[in-house]
Amino acid sequence: MADTLTHTAIARVVVPKGGFGHELRATLVVWNRELIRFRRDPARVISSVIQPLLFLFVLGGGLSALVASGTGGVDFKTFLFPGVMSMSVLFTAAFAGISMVWDREFGFLREMLVAPVSTAAILTGKCLGGASVATLQAVIVILLAGLVGVPYDPLMILELLVLLFIMSFMITALGLVLASRVKQVQSAMPLVQMIITPLMFLSGALFPLSRLPAWLTVVTHINPMTYAVEPVRAVVFDRLNMSTEARAILDPGIWWGSYQVPLLLQVALVIASSLLLLLLAVKLFNRTE
Amino acid sequence: MHGSSGSAVPAVAVEKLVKTFKTVEAVKGIDLVVHPGETFGFLGPNGAGKSTTIKILCTLADATSGSARVAGFDVATERDAVRRSIGLVFQEPTLDGYLTAEQNLKFHGELYGVDKSSAAQRRKDVLEMVGLWDRKDDLVQTFSGGMRRRLEIARGLLHSPKVLFLDEPTIGLDPQTRASIWQYLGELHKREEITVFVTTHYMDEAENCDRIAIIDQGRIVALDTPEALKAGVGKDRVSIATADDVAAITALKDKFGLEAKMVEGLVTFSVAEGAAFVPQLFEKLGVAIKSVAVARPTLDDVFLNFTGTSLRDAEQKGGFNPMAARFRGR
Repeated sequence: MADTLTHTAIARVVVPKGGFGHELRATLVVWNRELIRFRRDPARVISSVIQPLLFLFVLGGGLSALVASGTGGVDFKTFLFPGVMSMSVLFTAAFAGISMVWDREFGFLREMLVAPVSTAAILTGKCLGGASVATLQAVIVILLAGLVGVPYDPLMILELLVLLFIMSFMITALGLVLASRVKQVQSAMPLVQMIITPLMFLSGALFPLSRLPAWLTVVTHINPMTYAVEPVRAVVFDRLNMSTEARAILDPGIWWGSYQVPLLLQVALVIASSLLLLLLAVKLFNRTE
Repeated sequence: MHGSSGSAVPAVAVEKLVKTFKTVEAVKGIDLVVHPGETFGFLGPNGAGKSTTIKILCTLADATSGSARVAGFDVATERDAVRRSIGLVFQEPTLDGYLTAEQNLKFHGELYGVDKSSAAQRRKDVLEMVGLWDRKDDLVQTFSGGMRRRLEIARGLLHSPKVLFLDEPTIGLDPQTRASIWQYLGELHKREEITVFVTTHYMDEAENCDRIAIIDQGRIVALDTPEALKAGVGKDRVSIATADDVAAITALKDKFGLEAKMVEGLVTFSVAEGAAFVPQLFEKLGVAIKSVAVARPTLDDVFLNFTGTSLRDAEQKGGFNPMAARFRGR
């Protein structure tokens, strides 16, 4: 009986014993899924581009006359440009992380977590996916640079893409940490707003932090977004013809007491925060699912 | 029966398995051996401990005590080896509706590290098997419930598992689709060397299994082939239509010592060897009989026999399964 049926038998496939190659494949496919879903959702792309446009041209345009005296002759829209870029990345990446709540609701999280791979491989893929999607959207904002007097310097664009990728990796990981705790789809978006909005306001994305009261300065110094936004601003401002006074007002840098934190250390802090948040997310997902 | 040899490593071997949730004992010491190649049914009302047991076997939950091995690997200490050896189809859907059918399978293949050279052929094979090859490029969100379930079965088979676990694979589906799912499962054995472990609370579906375990309130109360279980009940159900039902019920009690009841307008009673009893009935009853029906015992009778309650009643007073309740409520 069995012999007569062998011709219909399906070729068995070999499932290897795991190891780094297998983990890497899992990471890559989770990453790829985020990109496929991004391509399938043009509404998401459009809406996430419109928000930064509003901030840059409506809020920026409206306030520029009001604050003209305090910016040392620099257009407020130009000042706002790196901040708005960071902001668009911030919301997209946070959403990419929190989307795990939807994956749980629709059961796909289970498909991922029952596979013979580590949770770390899956969540790393998710972070890379969120970072890619957010960085791709930032490209659209970068294309507007000319409209606010920022030159299209290839090296600047490259530096920006790297910095924004690291920033969005960190925020996606933060979104994952939140997603591990939130089980209700309805609570996910309000929670993102509640966490992300203060992170944005206290990061120096929309105004120089030097004007804040002292107690808030403490908060801005423990906000990892501060160290992610400042390099973006420095990279853009380095390409502008700006007086030293204007630069001092608009981009005072980050000071721990009398120590000015160098840009490379800021980037290192962001990378360290990313890894810590990712580790935390792995721990939380391992425990709760 | 499909090649169940005693010497081979059991597909599933469970010993004294216990699972306690805070104060509730969901699984109260289960022992079980499933032979390679068989279709094994896990039958019981919702809340009986079926899903909890299957979760432990699939490494999704830890046992409180006892041990379980799947395809020869310990579920507690060899998690990834177990996971590579099993396919899973859950009660709840676990597909990504924004991906196409084939993209869902590709995703699964990468997660399970399926060999790249044979992956494409394998995807085609499993999709053809469940009749979805021509829909491979359609988004899963356009699929009906039955198509999704078929796709999940195809996905569960993609990495050539040794044991395929299906937890209530037909829940929430219409009877026609349920039948077609079982048809696919039946054909599986002709194509693959695989053990199928399926939970259900539909009695008629359990008939498709080689062996079934009946589980009630966290314990296995019976384990055998459906035929042996039904034979074990020992009684057939006889239904008669008579000229005078009340007189017939009295006569059955006085002359044969049988307790009869009216069920759906027919005088109904249980008796051993029902077909052989019918001639005596005509001879001695003394009430005109218009028609007779003799039914062999069903698994419903088996369940009633072992638990003292019908499956439907057990569901109503048994544990609450919100997911199942949601589906049944439709």
